[in-house]
Amino acid sequence: MIEPIPNLRQGVTPRPLLTVDGLVKSYPLRRRGLFRQTVTGEIRAVNDISFSVAAGETLSIVGESGCGKTTAARAILHLVEPTAGAIRLGDTDIRATFAEDRRPDVLALRRQMQYVFQDPYLSLNPRWSVRQILTEPLRVHGHAPKEDWDATVESLLERVGLPPDYADRYPHEFSGGQRQRIGIARALAVEPRLLICDEPVSSLDVSVRAQVLNLLADLQEDLGLSYLYISHDLSSVRFLSNRIAVMYLGNLVEIGEVDEIFARPRHHYTAALISAIPVPDPSNQAQRQAIQGEVPSVVRRPSGCVFHTRCPAALPVCSQQIPPLSAPDGTHAFACHNPR
Amino acid sequence: MSSLATAKPTAAMSIDDRSMLTPPVHDLVRVENLRIQFPPWNAPVRIIEDVSFQVRAGETMGIVGESGSGKTLSSLAILNLLPPPARITGGRIMFDGEDLAAKSQGEMQKLRGRRLAMVFQNPGYSLNPLMTVGAQLGEILKVHEKMPRSMALQRVEELFRLVGITDPGSRLSQYPHEMSGGMKQRVCIARALLCNPALVLADEPTTALDVTIQAQILDLFEDLKARFGMSMIFVTHDMGVVARIADRITVMYAGQVCETGDKHAIFARPSHPYTQALLASTPRIDRRYAIDGEGRRERLPTVGRAVAPGQSLGGGCRFAGRCPEAAPECSRLVPQAAAIEPGRVVHCLKRGSAGVASHD
Ligand SMILES: Nc1ncnc2c1ncn2[C@@H]1O[C@H](COP(=O)(O)OP(=O)(O)O)[C@@H](O)[C@H]1O
Ligand SMILES: Nc1ncnc2c1ncn2[C@@H]1O[C@H](COP(=O)(O)OP(=O)(O)O)[C@@H](O)[C@H]1O
Ligand code: SF4
Ligand code: SF4
Ligand SMILES: [Mg+2]
Ligand SMILES: [Mg+2]
Repeated sequence: MIEPIPNLRQGVTPRPLLTVDGLVKSYPLRRRGLFRQTVTGEIRAVNDISFSVAAGETLSIVGESGCGKTTAARAILHLVEPTAGAIRLGDTDIRATFAEDRRPDVLALRRQMQYVFQDPYLSLNPRWSVRQILTEPLRVHGHAPKEDWDATVESLLERVGLPPDYADRYPHEFSGGQRQRIGIARALAVEPRLLICDEPVSSLDVSVRAQVLNLLADLQEDLGLSYLYISHDLSSVRFLSNRIAVMYLGNLVEIGEVDEIFARPRHHYTAALISAIPVPDPSNQAQRQAIQGEVPSVVRRPSGCVFHTRCPAALPVCSQQIPPLSAPDGTHAFACHNPR
Repeated sequence: MSSLATAKPTAAMSIDDRSMLTPPVHDLVRVENLRIQFPPWNAPVRIIEDVSFQVRAGETMGIVGESGSGKTLSSLAILNLLPPPARITGGRIMFDGEDLAAKSQGEMQKLRGRRLAMVFQNPGYSLNPLMTVGAQLGEILKVHEKMPRSMALQRVEELFRLVGITDPGSRLSQYPHEMSGGMKQRVCIARALLCNPALVLADEPTTALDVTIQAQILDLFEDLKARFGMSMIFVTHDMGVVARIADRITVMYAGQVCETGDKHAIFARPSHPYTQALLASTPRIDRRYAIDGEGRRERLPTVGRAVAPGQSLGGGCRFAGRCPEAAPECSRLVPQAAAIEPGRVVHCLKRGSAGVASHD
């Protein structure tokens, strides 16, 4: 494992807030028989990934559907139990805290890491008013005295750009963008340090998407939040990130500073992914190199480099040896035998 | 086959002859003041109001707009496939000199699948889960082209190869659920091409796909267009996709056309305030976003005003509630088409459009 080196841009503290080291999450692969299910193997949804997120920075995890982004997020939050690896928030060992079930510490961890879901329609209880939705985390975490709740709700709504008198409305009365703001307000209620945002703008229209992305930028600067931003949409990633980690079939194949990755992708999958994005500029439709084929099934993970079945630059060694992740320049790491 | 000029393209012709039948440039489709309404009819909601655009032979018209702007309903109307109780209540849809809006269901059924074909967003829903893909596509050829089964299957296999389905022979006997989303979309594209349509309507055909697969399918559409010279209406919400695939573009907002014209002109000089806002607020992978010395990030430009809760489908310009340039008359007068450049039309009172009081 290489030591992931956080972005050293001004304004970003190099001290990591979140450290993920060798995270593995596998699911049993079951075959349904006539009378019972038998476990016939495993699905490696996340395969030995390591990275860190510094205080105040955005690290984005990008990759196509099924590459393990959501599983990684859920494993970090301990919504699913990691199979292997170490995860630390500040100095707290997350896995040990959950394993020993130290209740106050578990609560403290849950408070500091909040999740913003992709689908603002599914993640808000339709029978609760906005006030109930926003006070629920306050109640669970005993975060503020009850007499302060109304004021907290008001300031949360204001914080995310909604009028305070929306507090007594219900989710169905809001547009998609407004619901996502409510989802963000709920995550902010307990003053977390890290927001894990899983495709938070993917279901929103362009003009609303821009507003929510700007809101995320505002909140980060005003509150010093760190973001683990998960998305398949590289355009929003380019806007919001300090660094990017690229995943393919459960593996982290490249990680580095955002402009560096877009300007000089070294792994061939990263290059293919970037070149596949249609640019909103008809005069700039230059050399595209569409990669052929489709992502192999997780149950038939290719040997060696997981990308070798589609890679235009594959060498014989690529199907035999797993390329190690390494960063020749100390910041931009990639796992490739024959980098670009 | 005596004269190519009069020969109707048939499925039996080899794939490469057909591009020679491409007629000279003319409007294959002219949608004129299309209006679509939902009940109650005494106080009808005009979901689509006076939408007009043309599609020339051999060209791809990209229809772009955010969700709910009426892209799907406008394209379904062309095929006479509006979901009940929606109805066309005004305007014409001229296709090869005939008004499709005036045709009977029976006549339209004959046209669909022959001269007109559609590719939908979700290939899973539009394929029959109970039939192999070979059988369901072969069936269409049997019905429409009266082709014997073995010949039909051969033709389907040929089309499968053409749309980039690997191992096409053995795919014929697969069911849709045995295929990936990208593969199913290729099957749907093959189905659309079965009877050599003059016009293919594709409604967000790549939206449900991953980007590397989307890139493959966009390449495929470009390739097919170059080979067959068919016309296409390509509906998408993605400014990047439309920049790539379209020749000309129609931008829609809340059931009205904002502007229509050549792709290069619209991207270089967007005229309508909504088009300008849409382009400005789209984050892009091909540019750097600045971070200043304090770590403050640049912001994305957003549409002038906060989103109104729900779009107004009332009188006037429907963008008025959000438009940074809106004037009082904008919410009263419907902007008519104004030609601002050759081949370019914009609907905006601040860009020279005449305003017509809403006829309620
Ligand atoms: N609960 C589960 N049981 C079995 N397999 C799962 C489960 N959750 C996710 N997977 C598999 O793990 C892989 C990664 O999924 P996911 O993390 O959701 O990807 P992404 O968020 O990048 O689209 C996929 O192949 C998915 O099918
Ligand atoms: N069955 C229906 N009943 C009532 N309204 C509908 C129905 N179908 C669509 N609409 C409305 O018509 C408008 C246009 O829809 P649509 O053509 O699907 O938009 P788009 O494809 O651009 O997202 C939307 O505002 C939608 O709410
Ligand atoms: S390791 Fe080999 S197969 Fe993998 S990306 Fe590099 S060159 Fe391609
Ligand atoms: S007509 Fe008025 S409201 Fe509509 S786009 Fe033009 S200036 Fe804006
Ligand atoms: Mg996911
Ligand atoms: Mg639609």
